[in-house]
Amino acid sequence: MALTNDQIIIRLQDKFGDQIYNVEQPYGLLTFTANKDLNLKVLQFLYNDETLKFQFLTDLCAVHYPEQAGEELAVVYHLHNLIDNVRIRFKVYTNSNNPDVFTATNIFESANWMERETYDFYGVNFIGHPNLKRILNVDEMDYFPMRKEFPLEDQTRTDKDDEMFGRGGIGSIN
Amino acid sequence: MSLAELHVKLPEGSIEKQTTTLNLGPTHPATHGVFQNILELDGERIVNAEQTVGYIHRAFEKIAEHRPLYQITPLTDRLNYCSSPINNMGWHTTCEKLLGIKIPKRVDYLRVIIMELARISDHLICNSVVGVDTGAFTGFLYVMQYRELIYEIYEEICGSRLTTSIGRIGGFERNFNDIAFRKLEKFLKEYPDVLREFEKLFSRNRIFMDRTQGVGGISGDRALNYGFTGPNLRAAGIDYDVRVHSPYSSYEDFTFEIPVGKTGDCYDRFLVRNQEMWQSLSILEQAYKKVQEFKGTDADVFHADVPEYYLPEKKDVYTKMEALIYHFKIIMGETEIPAGEVYHSVEGGNGELGFYLISDGGRSPYRLHFRRPCFIYYQAYSELTKGSMLSDAIITMSSLNLIAGEMDA
Repeated sequence: MALTNDQIIIRLQDKFGDQIYNVEQPYGLLTFTANKDLNLKVLQFLYNDETLKFQFLTDLCAVHYPEQAGEELAVVYHLHNLIDNVRIRFKVYTNSNNPDVFTATNIFESANWMERETYDFYGVNFIGHPNLKRILNVDEMDYFPMRKEFPLEDQTRTDKDDEMFGRGGIGSIN
Repeated sequence: MSLAELHVKLPEGSIEKQTTTLNLGPTHPATHGVFQNILELDGERIVNAEQTVGYIHRAFEKIAEHRPLYQITPLTDRLNYCSSPINNMGWHTTCEKLLGIKIPKRVDYLRVIIMELARISDHLICNSVVGVDTGAFTGFLYVMQYRELIYEIYEEICGSRLTTSIGRIGGFERNFNDIAFRKLEKFLKEYPDVLREFEKLFSRNRIFMDRTQGVGGISGDRALNYGFTGPNLRAAGIDYDVRVHSPYSSYEDFTFEIPVGKTGDCYDRFLVRNQEMWQSLSILEQAYKKVQEFKGTDADVFHADVPEYYLPEKKDVYTKMEALIYHFKIIMGETEIPAGEVYHSVEGGNGELGFYLISDGGRSPYRLHFRRPCFIYYQAYSELTKGSMLSDAIITMSSLNLIAGEMDA
């Protein structure tokens, strides 16, 4: 008997009650939110529970919603139960001034770099992470570039010295 | 005084062993891509390894937040560039899932043909490069002409070879021409012999077996915990394949097997990839047969009817009002994307390639995240290589099929 979304949510709400909220099923993928202090407990429960068995962390990333005061950053986990072949999406929200979320590295080795990437781009501070430092950007960077307040470079700017790349500088048509 | 005593003078109070730190990469002929490994060596044995990535990070996720959907396709090319068509199709199917577009069967089958060709070319490169790293260059050169043939097929369909940007949201930019099908037939006819010979060169080759067996192995449990997917996970004995578990593009219409290994070492990874090429060949044959069954006007279908997202043909743009409007709206990126949140994944050349797309109803995605398989499983590299020899680390790296473009996005 395959695991259905309804069974999962009943099981979760039995355990955590109304601390699991915003339950939706966009495109059939069960999505829910929990308080950020609970993220480890929920992940651990999903991992260990005999019927749920969400033991594969497919993806971990963050989303920035600057308009949501106090809940600017969402950390999104995509989990997969490979036995029953069910996926779920689990979110926690945190504010951007104090973006502390517990690390999932003790449950999933794969969370290590994904959390570093999330820290690198959104500044989510994963408490307890063994090696939380930038991974794709340079170490000296002092901001979190994927946040919405950083726009892409203006394509029409002219003040940049691009001589080495064949644009602008001496001999250019501009 | 003996020579050895002259050569090594350890500082006072030090214990007898000294380790060497070696920077393997960022640009090293043996790393096949831009990534760095800081190895701590005791003689030739690896004590510790730390991987550094990010040398070719291009901020695709940020750029994608400012582009209309169709302009994101070229970004996906540059992820795993050994099999860009799979990335392209993955992106198109993600958009189609978000937009709720129903794709005609013939288009699905044509996509399967393209994706399986791409898978073969990806595995071919990976496996032959493992051969190169163990000292056998012949296999690499020999199979290259069949990768060339695959690239020629891409070229007939979309005009480009490496960064293909093949297809559109809704289907293909044009129908496959006769030359493409002739080349596909040639490939189906000639490639099995080549693959058989390639296998003969390696599979039971004593030197190759000695170099790869028991090297870079991982257990199924550890592989799952490390987020392995694709051939690397299957080599560790877990039969997870996105094509079977969450079929897309009508993969459910095909019969094929998922080859699995046992030890997860370089040799098993090699065998799994080889077996997958046979399975891909079988899928290709089935797909080509299915495509040929479409007759008359059905054989001219190469895209779904979604004028809002599918770029119209140029001759229509010049003669029809609607086509002109849609052409303008699509090119200028003035089409609103319905709000929604979707995760879609495809079986890429080296694992589950996922797209997490959030739209808030604007003209470009609110957030797009790529789940890049090799970024995730490369974390295991230090565990895989600890305690092994330096030369084994090189083979482990190439047999993991690490693509720097995908890792750094």
